[in-house]
Amino acid sequence: MTQRHFDEELSDLKTKLLRMAGQAEEQIDQALTALVTRDSALARQVIERDHQVNALDVEIDEECIQLLALHQPAARDLRLVTTAMKIATELERISDLAENVCERAIELNEEPQLKPYIDIPLMGKMARGMVKESIDAFVKSDATLARKILTNDDYVDDLMEQLFRELLSFMLEDTRTISRAIRLSFIAKYLERIADHATNIAELVVYLVEGKIIRHTTPPGSS
Amino acid sequence: MYPSPPLTQQPSQSQTFTPQRPNVQDGHLQSPDKDFSTQAVKLTLNQVNFFYGDRQALFKIDVEIIKNQVTSFIGPSGCGKSTLLRCLNRLNDLIEGARLEGTMLLDGVDINGPDVDITDLRTRVGMVFQKSNPFPKSIYENVAYGPRLHGIRNRGQLDQIVEEGLKGAGLWDEAKDRLHASALGLSGGQQQRLCIARALAVKPDVLLMDEPCSALDPVATAKIEELLFSLKQDLTVVIVTHNMQQAARVSDWTAFMYLGELVEFGLTKQIFTMPSKKQTDDYITGRFG
Repeated sequence: MTQRHFDEELSDLKTKLLRMAGQAEEQIDQALTALVTRDSALARQVIERDHQVNALDVEIDEECIQLLALHQPAARDLRLVTTAMKIATELERISDLAENVCERAIELNEEPQLKPYIDIPLMGKMARGMVKESIDAFVKSDATLARKILTNDDYVDDLMEQLFRELLSFMLEDTRTISRAIRLSFIAKYLERIADHATNIAELVVYLVEGKIIRHTTPPGSS
Repeated sequence: MYPSPPLTQQPSQSQTFTPQRPNVQDGHLQSPDKDFSTQAVKLTLNQVNFFYGDRQALFKIDVEIIKNQVTSFIGPSGCGKSTLLRCLNRLNDLIEGARLEGTMLLDGVDINGPDVDITDLRTRVGMVFQKSNPFPKSIYENVAYGPRLHGIRNRGQLDQIVEEGLKGAGLWDEAKDRLHASALGLSGGQQQRLCIARALAVKPDVLLMDEPCSALDPVATAKIEELLFSLKQDLTVVIVTHNMQQAARVSDWTAFMYLGELVEFGLTKQIFTMPSKKQTDDYITGRFG
């Protein structure tokens, strides 16, 4: 196979990854809308659509394995192919978490709304923004942007902590709120996990550009 | 990190090669199986220029070849990698008008120095070429030729050298029953291993290999590559290859050359995952050269 052919396959791979990222972002958006507007039908649609993202994950994996077997890429090509495989896994998890948000939303919709949803949509928006930015950093091979995303993760963690305390006060005051409060705190945790996956993608982008593996390098207790 | 003194570098020459020391502090380069502090330098090239008449073929080459390791030189045709290899045992002396500047130290001694006996040098620095070139003699005589020249006449001793050489080259099992048959009856891959056995028979310190597998099929290539892993227990191997995957598979260190300059030199695993120069990246990803 020629170099030109190989370059085309690499660019196909990138396109596919972008399509997958677009779908994952869409899943987060729709999941948040379903939660806030208490739209169980929309939530079920999101759950049904998850398999599309899963299918792309498998497709990208297969394509990367083929590229590795047939071309034995080196240097930046090698980093691109291995990074693409890992990013696909992260996106697949993100879509799973959006699905989980919808499952809890459907359960919540069976009872009256516990409280106005303010912090959760905010967290969701931040997490989704991080996913988008990490993919932007991937497209532009921009390690500076990728590093910036890493700091955003702390805001999402703080919001989750704040929300947890608030929900705790609901539960202490009135035990009938417990099931709803727990479901909401699950959702907060899912969104926090989405932000973590976005952070992973950003770390992968730093590897792609600079060849440095920066994950697991934060000293304990620093964040 | 190295026991040898560092090369003298001229900081103004940013275009020429700057040796990259493996940074053991740097987590992603650290390798648990290799302790760089114990590695000795076998060959040191310092600001080597080489000319074929008026034409300069090598430009200010600085490189350190580590003992008991495989170092490969890669680069497009005409980049000077074979010229460099041939300098290492002074084969270029035979070329009229050839001229060398700079120093090349083998275990700290300049191989171009006035006291160096060229036969002695070539005994210590053996060479295997692209095309196998056995003598039109028996397998036994091919391997025994060098030791005989060095004055070994004792039959028992020669038998032992031939056996060790053939075993070292991984040819013993295939050749032991036909030692006195003509070497020219061997297959291409076997002939190449015979040439390696012939080089090993005089117990060299360094083995230079110029495209040793380019005329061989994948099975014969795999045998020679396998051989390199055992050979480096006893000697230092320098290999020139066009086959990048081969360089990646067999060598500990890789040097990338382009237009007579050493562009980048470093650990093979680093060069093939994260080369520091764009030119190297372009070459090993097949984008030029």
